[in-house]
Parts: sequence; C-alpha cells; structure tokens
Amino acid sequence: MEIEQIEILEFLKRHSPFQELPAEQVQQVALSIDIGYFKAGSDILRYNEPLHALHLVRSGAVETFRRNGDLYNRLSEGGIFAEQGLLRGGKVRFPASALEDTLIYFIPDEVFQQLFDENEFFADYMQVGDSERRKTSKASTQARADLLGATVSTLLSRDPVTIGSDANVWQAAQLMTEQKVSSLLILDQDQHLTGIITDKDIRARLVAPGLKSETPVADIMSANPVTIEQQQYIFEAMMLMLRHNLHHLPVVKRQRAVGVIAISDIIRFESQNSLYVVSRIFRQHTVADLQTLVPDVHACFIRMVNEDANSQMIGSAMAAIGRSFKQRLLELAEAELGPPPVPYCFLALGSMARDEQLVLTDQDNALVLDNRYDPAQHDNYFQQLARFVSDGLAACGYTYCTGNVMATNKEWRQPLKVWQQYFQSWIEKPTAERLLQSSIFFDIDGVWGHTQWAEQLQKLVSKLARTKPLFLASMTRNALNRTPPLGFFKDFVMEQDGKQNNSLNIKRRGTAPFVDLIRVHALAIGSTESNSFSRLQDITAAGVLPKGRAEDLRDAFEVIALTRIRHQAAALRQGIEPDNNVLPEQLSEFERKHLKEAFQVLSNAQKFMKFHFKA
Amino acid sequence: MLYLGPTKQEDSPRPATSTDWQRYYQQQAASVTHPLLQQFYSAGMVAATTPIDEVPLVAIDFETTGLSADNNGIVSIGLVPFNLHCIFSSKAQQWLLKPRFQLSDNSVTVHRITHSEVKKAPDLNAVLPELLPLLAGKVAVVHYRQIERNFLSASVKVRLGENILFPVIDTLELEARLYRTKPLSWWDKVRKRQQVSIRLDASRSRYNLPPYRPHHAVTDALASAELLQAQICHRFSPQTPVGELWC
Repeated sequence: MEIEQIEILEFLKRHSPFQELPAEQVQQVALSIDIGYFKAGSDILRYNEPLHALHLVRSGAVETFRRNGDLYNRLSEGGIFAEQGLLRGGKVRFPASALEDTLIYFIPDEVFQQLFDENEFFADYMQVGDSERRKTSKASTQARADLLGATVSTLLSRDPVTIGSDANVWQAAQLMTEQKVSSLLILDQDQHLTGIITDKDIRARLVAPGLKSETPVADIMSANPVTIEQQQYIFEAMMLMLRHNLHHLPVVKRQRAVGVIAISDIIRFESQNSLYVVSRIFRQHTVADLQTLVPDVHACFIRMVNEDANSQMIGSAMAAIGRSFKQRLLELAEAELGPPPVPYCFLALGSMARDEQLVLTDQDNALVLDNRYDPAQHDNYFQQLARFVSDGLAACGYTYCTGNVMATNKEWRQPLKVWQQYFQSWIEKPTAERLLQSSIFFDIDGVWGHTQWAEQLQKLVSKLARTKPLFLASMTRNALNRTPPLGFFKDFVMEQDGKQNNSLNIKRRGTAPFVDLIRVHALAIGSTESNSFSRLQDITAAGVLPKGRAEDLRDAFEVIALTRIRHQAAALRQGIEPDNNVLPEQLSEFERKHLKEAFQVLSNAQKFMKFHFKA
Repeated sequence: MLYLGPTKQEDSPRPATSTDWQRYYQQQAASVTHPLLQQFYSAGMVAATTPIDEVPLVAIDFETTGLSADNNGIVSIGLVPFNLHCIFSSKAQQWLLKPRFQLSDNSVTVHRITHSEVKKAPDLNAVLPELLPLLAGKVAVVHYRQIERNFLSASVKVRLGENILFPVIDTLELEARLYRTKPLSWWDKVRKRQQVSIRLDASRSRYNLPPYRPHHAVTDALASAELLQAQICHRFSPQTPVGELWC
C-alpha cells in the first residue's frame, strides 16, 4: 500500500522552506528522508568528508563551526545545515556537532538538487549568500514597488459597520452616529451583503419625501451595490467610483463584506505621497501648523514600506521631508527675526545628510557662518535662529540631539574658517576619542543659505582624509567598536562567542556599523558622496575592495536597513513608539537567515577593514 | 504497537540460550519444508559476538485486533530497515491486512483503522512473500516483543503450517533493565512513588526524542528504531555484541 510518513510530513509542513512547497513536493520530500540520532557532544559532520544529504534538525540543537573552530551557527528544531557543502562540491564545509541529544532528518542530495533547480523560493532560501540570486530577487521586489500597485485592502482600517435588513432607518441612523460612519452595509440573514445606505440616502430618500424614521432600511437602501474585491488595485476602485458616481464602495473578500472605502480614503491615500507632504510643508505658516503634518509623514513612511520601496527610496524621501521642515522653519525664523546680519549655511548632519532618514530620528545640525561673523554683534541673531529651528524640529518629531550636536551649541555655530580648522585638526591630529564625537561631521549636507560652504568643507575633507593613514586607522578603530551578532538561536540573538540575548538593537549592531564602515572606505578614496549606496558605488569604481565585495556589502546593507524600516513601520501601524529593538520572535525563519548572512558579510568586511587600514 | 500491560509469556520452542540464534537458523534452514521459511532461514543470522554496529536491523510494529495472539489478528504491519548510523525511513513499508478475527470497536479507536479499510485489504498470506525476505538476515527491533513475536508466529503457523522464530531486540526490555531491576520498596510505596514509565513515548522523551502520534504501525516502528539508536548512544557502544541485546 501507499506508505504514509505522517510524522515526517507534518513536521515539514511546519517549517520553511518546506511548508511553502506544493503538496506533492512536500510529500515527495517526506518519503525520501532518512534519520539519525546523535548524542549531545557527538560529531555530526566532519570537515571535508563527503556529504550526501541536507541536514534538518528534527529535535535537539546543533552547532556548526568554521574551519578554524569558530562558532558559525547554532540551530534548533527546524534548522537546516550542510547546504553550502552540497552546493559547493558535495563536501562538508562547516563541521557540525550535537549541542543537545539530537534527531536529524537527512534529505538526499538528489532531492535537494531537484528542489533547488525547480523551486525558486527553496533556492532563494538555501542560497542567500549568493549575490547573483539576491540581485534577481531584489529586482522582482522593485517591480512590485509601482505606486499604482497598492491594493484596496491597504485602505481598510476598520471592520465594516453593518446592520440586518430587517432594521429600520432610525436604528440605522443611531448606529451610524454611534460608530461615526457615513455609510452602513445591510446584510441578510445569511450575512450576505444586500445593500448600502449613506447619509445622503437618509436625506434624499427618507427626510425629503417625508417618510417615517420607522421605514425599513431595505426601502431606502441601494440594493445589490457595486463592490470591489479587497485584492484589487486602488486605481480600479477609483475607476469604479467614477464610472458609477459613487462616494462609498463596499469591499468584499470571498463574497463577504470586509469594509467600505469612501472617496475621502482615496484622497487621503494620495495625500500620503511624499511629494504631496513636501508641498504641504511649504504652505504652513506656523510651527503648530507644521506639527499637524506629522501623522502624514508617518503615513507616507508606512505607505512606502507597504509598497515595497527599497531602503534608498524610503531614506531619501524621509530625508527630503526632514530637509523641507528645516527649510520652512528657517524661512519662518527669518520672517520673524529679520534677514541675517551675515550670510550663513544651515547644515544637516548624519542620517539626513546621508539621505538615510527614518521616522525615529534626532536632529543633528550646525551653522556655518560667514567669515565676517563677529560674535559680539551677530551671535544673538544666530542663537535665536538656531533655537527657533531646533524647537520647531522637536515639535515636529525630530528629537533634540543627545550629543548636543545642534546649531544651538556655540561650538557648532562658527564661521567657515573655524569649521575648516576643526576638520584639519580632526584629520591631521586624530585620536580615536576625538573622532568618536566628530564622525557625524563627515556626513554633511547644506540645506539652506550658502550651501556651497558645505561643499567646500566636503572637498576639504576629501582632499585631506585620503592622505592620512593615522586618521583612517582611528576612524576604523571607532567603526569596529560596534559589531554584528552571529545570528539567531530559538528566540535569542546569538553573539560571536555563543552568548544569547533577548533582543537586537538593529541600529547599533547593524546599520550604524555598516554606515561607519562604508564611510571609512569612502574617505580613503576621497569620495565626496554622503549616501552610503552612492559611496559604495564610488568604492566599487575605485576597485579598492576584492571583486564582488562591494556588491555583497550593498545587498547586505539593504537587508539590514529594510529589517529596521519594517520594524519601525510595524510599530507605527500598531500605534506604538517606533524603536530599534528587534525581537527574534518577530522575525520569520527566512528573515533570520537573510539577516544572519548579512551580519556575516558585515563581520567579514570589518575584519578586512581592520587589516586594510592597520587599525 | 499496543502495550497495555504484561500478557502471559509464550512458550514456543526456541533456542536454549539467547546466544545461539546463528545455529538455530542453520538448523531450521535444514528442517523446515515451506519454501518461504526455507528462504528465510537460509539467509542466516549474525553471530552473537557481532558488534551491534555491524548488524543489519529492521524495526517492526504490528497493529492488532486485540492483545492475545490466540483469538486476534494483525491489522497492519509497519517496517523500517536501519542500522546504527542511519534509519532508512525512505525504505519503510506498511501493509494493511484483513485479519481472520473480528475487528473490535475498541481496537478501531486505538489504531484508527476502520472496518471498511480492512475489508479491502489482503490476507497476511498474500503479503508473506514480500514481508519475510525483508526480515530475513536482519535482527528485528520492537518495543515490547510479545506482540510482534507471538502474532507473527501464530499467524505463520496457521498459514504455512510451520513456526517462525527470530531474534528481537526489545527496546522496552532495554529500558526495563534500567528501571525494573528491583520492585518498589515499601518506603517508595509509602511515599506514593511511582515506577518510571517504560512505555514507548515516555522512554523516548528521556532521550530527547520528539513525541509521535502512537498506534500507526510505520510511525511506531520508526519510533522504536530511533529509540534503539539513542539507547545504544547513551548506554551501550557500537562495539556491544548483539548477543547482549537480543533475546
């Protein structure tokens, strides 16, 4: 008879990448599996031995190691290992041993290769380290990022408000008032949608003709209304509403009503476009007005995440919005304080200068003043200007800089010649301690006034920095202060030494060290770019990294940056304060695997940098 | 496998000691008349001194209509070949059989094999030519040997007119060696201490093996195979002579 491997099959159906396979394929895998038991402490795979199967942890825990004996990964139930060996010559590359008593499922090489060839998801899952494949999967994500690609379901924010068809209009009106809605869906006994009534229907079909409020809703409703499926596109909803001249459109999923969209929802959706937000910033006349735009900024961020925009698109859109806030605040400040006594340039530093801003960000800014600046005469003006902008930014969600890198700080409100001395001193007489405070000044962008001074400072840095190995070594040492973790184990973050933590600060352990690393390389080749991706392009062109390494860095940075972005978008969606602390249980197996690979790329790049700059 | 407590010890003719299964197979090969059994015994058996590491093993499990082999029959057979390094679950076999005894409602609830499924199934007779070669030359591994040994023996006797007997390693007996060496003392009883369970699932959990759905023949066979690998890892060694394990 046909054999059933119930236990094996059920196990596969609970774990990626098998649960994503078509039913017959999982069945085929289940029937191909052999099994082995390993006592805690015993070897499962030894280096360079021939390898015939993909290993899947059924129960227990396993550690894999590099050739030099360093811990490479720790896996629990559902974890997969030996795939690198199978993909590269059929020999063990990472030796493995049982950390606990462990049961392993062996998936034969032939079955593994077949799945790898036939199933794109499976192949992606197995080969996240391969930059070719990562590029193709990223291209397909970008195709989906079409702004017209958002579906109706993204507009639904609440369950539909409904009433039975036997209710009367008075009851309906009460419910609408109570729920603060302008339309009501009418359901029959089988909970099927039979009609819709709106504020306008009550006015035009009940009050105007003089009917009693006890009239059944069925008498005044629009029966069998036009509907839209929740996975249809928003532009299709717009077309339907235009064609039928509707202000409300019920949304259905498998013939059940799941919500209603109103014309105002579509207008609001369009208003979350970053261009629209920017244009509105410049039409506000007070700080309080500007403050009212904060929810739109968040909505714009969430929308871009929903639409699968990449981190560069999101980072530059949010930076553009932040820059606009600064510019408008400076316009308002000048209107209040009068024209500046000497010319100035307002600088953005850090993430905004790099076009890598997110929603959770502090304001890092500075003032470069004309060389004719006389503190006794002029500083009162610039102090007030800086205060106005800084307070305004804080009101709009850009918190004060904890390191006090703001134009309100006299040290960072200086004439151009002083700034030039600052940079010369940092670069020519570097110490790691001094640079720790000042690395933020190597990402600068002029946002207002004489922005050419910002460019002059950038050129000065690019000319000086590349010729100063001591400076580069100090910057490198600082960049190595923060390291990525090794990966994940069960619901823990696993460190290089095998220690386990509950959460991961994705900024401190991921994006920040990445940015630091890219900055050092960019300074070393005299790049004048600020954005990490643009810097990477310059680094690639300069050919200072081993072939293919810059591409790996770009892909790995994207993985980490997007994880941070998605984490913050999820918090905003839930109405909680976004932060940088990612909990492993919030990550899918797929995300963990991608992140682990990305951390690995970062860790290797840090080792290379340490050696390269003799830090 | 269904284990609900001790049943009476069978007393069919068997080797005097548990060490001379090899000689027993040689004798039987010469004396049995049915060609299937002749084939079975001619495949031979390893010597009792053979390290367990080198012994081909086969885990088996029967689902039956009841406990006693005298008035019950086999409903399904699950079988998984293995050795100390690998359990070949990809080569596992399972048969549904039509027993010559009534399927009681009670047993249906245990193994979830229904009357209608059994109605379409073949008699053991039709399966023996396939089954016996898969057992030949291998040491059977079961959890609680009375069921598999008694039922196969009784069923084969009825169908082929001759007895079949083979060495088994009983994973339950290996657990009992550890946990049933002496009965509970009066002090244990006073303290309401219970004996450690040596049932399949309880035994498995002691070796960090996952819980499986019981009473599905091939799953139970797999479960015993995994248990034996774990028992050898923890309490014996690959060099342990098979004679110390089988009975």
